[in-house]
Amino acid sequence: MTPPTHAKSARELEIGTDVMVELSGVNKWYGQFHVLKDIDLTVYRGERIVVCGPSGSGKSTMIRCINRLEEHQRGKIVVDGVELSHDLKHIEYVRREVGMVFQHFNLFPHLTVLENLTLAPIWVRKMPKKEADAAAMHYLERVRIPEQAHKYPGQLSGGQQQRVAIARSLCMNPKVMLFDEPTSALDPEMIKEVLEVMIELAQSGMTMLCVTHEMGFARTVANRVIFMDFGEIIEQNTPEEFFNNPKSDRTKLFLSQILHH
Amino acid sequence: MTDETVSVPPSEGRKPDLPPPMSVSGPWAWMRENLFSSPLNIALTILSLLLLYLIIPPLVAWATTLATWVFPTEVIVGDRSPRSSDCPDGACWLFVRARIGQFLFGFYPEPERWRVILSFVLGAIGIYGLLGGPARFRKYAAIFFFVVFPIVSFWLLRGGLGLMSVPTEQWGGFMLTLVIALVGIVLSLPFGILLALGRRSNLPVVHLLCVIFIEFVRGVPLITVIFMANIMLPLFLPPDMQVNVLLRVLVGTTAFVSAYMAEVIRGGLQAIPKGQFEGAMALGLGYWGVMRLVILPQALRISIPSIVNTFIGFFKDTTLVSMVGLYDFLNMVKTGFKDANWVGVEITGFAFCAAVYWVCCFSMSRYSMHLERKLHTGHKR
Repeated sequence: MTPPTHAKSARELEIGTDVMVELSGVNKWYGQFHVLKDIDLTVYRGERIVVCGPSGSGKSTMIRCINRLEEHQRGKIVVDGVELSHDLKHIEYVRREVGMVFQHFNLFPHLTVLENLTLAPIWVRKMPKKEADAAAMHYLERVRIPEQAHKYPGQLSGGQQQRVAIARSLCMNPKVMLFDEPTSALDPEMIKEVLEVMIELAQSGMTMLCVTHEMGFARTVANRVIFMDFGEIIEQNTPEEFFNNPKSDRTKLFLSQILHH
Repeated sequence: MTDETVSVPPSEGRKPDLPPPMSVSGPWAWMRENLFSSPLNIALTILSLLLLYLIIPPLVAWATTLATWVFPTEVIVGDRSPRSSDCPDGACWLFVRARIGQFLFGFYPEPERWRVILSFVLGAIGIYGLLGGPARFRKYAAIFFFVVFPIVSFWLLRGGLGLMSVPTEQWGGFMLTLVIALVGIVLSLPFGILLALGRRSNLPVVHLLCVIFIEFVRGVPLITVIFMANIMLPLFLPPDMQVNVLLRVLVGTTAFVSAYMAEVIRGGLQAIPKGQFEGAMALGLGYWGVMRLVILPQALRISIPSIVNTFIGFFKDTTLVSMVGLYDFLNMVKTGFKDANWVGVEITGFAFCAAVYWVCCFSMSRYSMHLERKLHTGHKR
């Protein structure tokens, strides 16, 4: 994937000093299976982090813990100053402030594109319908599909659906965006249109955590690349160092597998 | 940016699309393929046509040309009441004509029957507004149908407050069938949804209560539920509290159809992919928001055929209330057979009954098909 040239600027974006997401000593088990082992991760405002690693390494589980789609059993997760616990108020606050884009889009098939976008602003943020519609159209223009507003998700291509899903998250005006393999379910010719939208989003200063195998995207926009394996963070570094000078053997093996297939 | 869904643009080098040859489309091709494709198929087709020829014309003749439609002159003049011997051959529609009032209203006093008609007209308006009318009136239609209509129609049917009181013992016929069916159908949907959600709940007490209710009520024949509601409900109530038979029966039938509805809706809920819950939760919606806005609309849509199937079954099962002495439509028609003036009109009576039930059930079936088409949004699963 060749990144568009104008995206270079994304790398020079400023990164804040305030912490958006903090994971400390996070452990999680699925039954007997230890998925996350002592995860420590601090994400500052404006950071663009790419998480990669072999399948089953716990990378999806980790970012799904950040908005509590998965529950962690030990350790501490703090998002925007709010700690995730069993307190429903805290969970709902975090979910309001954190947007998430899924591998399979998870658009609501019974609602039009516009209704998909305005659902949460109207029912969660209590925004008047007119205002929500206007905001939704603004974000649809940003992902370049305003003309699809009145269609149903089932009538759109995969790439278009994923762009709608991104716009749907943006409508909640989130402070952090999580991407869980957003391009893995797409046909090759549709990956580019989704990545372009994600690159623009990064340029706008959004704090992003992306689980992805798109290494071109990582090189272009990420300020930090994290490599996970067997539930641990093995290595984290700037993209240059990560790709050109990987430290651990597992990282080298992984990179050789995905870059020279 | 490629925004249009991919379609090959018509270009110079492309061959034009031609219509298919006559042998693969059109009525002749259909007949050749479906009716005359093999010797066995040809034989079966001819046999079926022969059977239809033997059955249909006599049946139609019995119901129309051979049947008696008009009262003899001496009845019209008022010299005597009509009787079965006025019908020489075919269906005796005179029986239906003479007793239609009872069939429809039971023992409801004749001068008060306008109240029944009025309340069902109101109900029909409500149902139309709710299901078929313009979308912007739907909210008002819902308030009307679920709040105003039950109160007003109860007052109209039961009387009091200025209207002559008509105890429920006098209700009967098609009107009683409709009352029982409508109460069961309208209440079973919300109760069924709550029971289905309860059964899927993570709260052990709620889950257990719902499972016990559903499995108990569903594991018992409706006739038993009706008997039990009739005999056992008073045992749980203070002795000086008299509960009306109809009310007892309504409680029993509604509980019964709700248990079935719960399982139908649970099936629909199970078919919704996990991603839908996650997508909705990730947007910050709470449990009830996720259910009401995202999951239930989809689950109910895919359950429509089974929901309507349950309704149709229940509509016909309402005849079982005759076992505890209520005169529903079928029971009312059967009562007519006991009249000494009407001997041997059973076939006509049952045919009439069957036709009325069929029209009701078939309309429900057609409406559900229409609803399925209307709610189809072209989504793939």
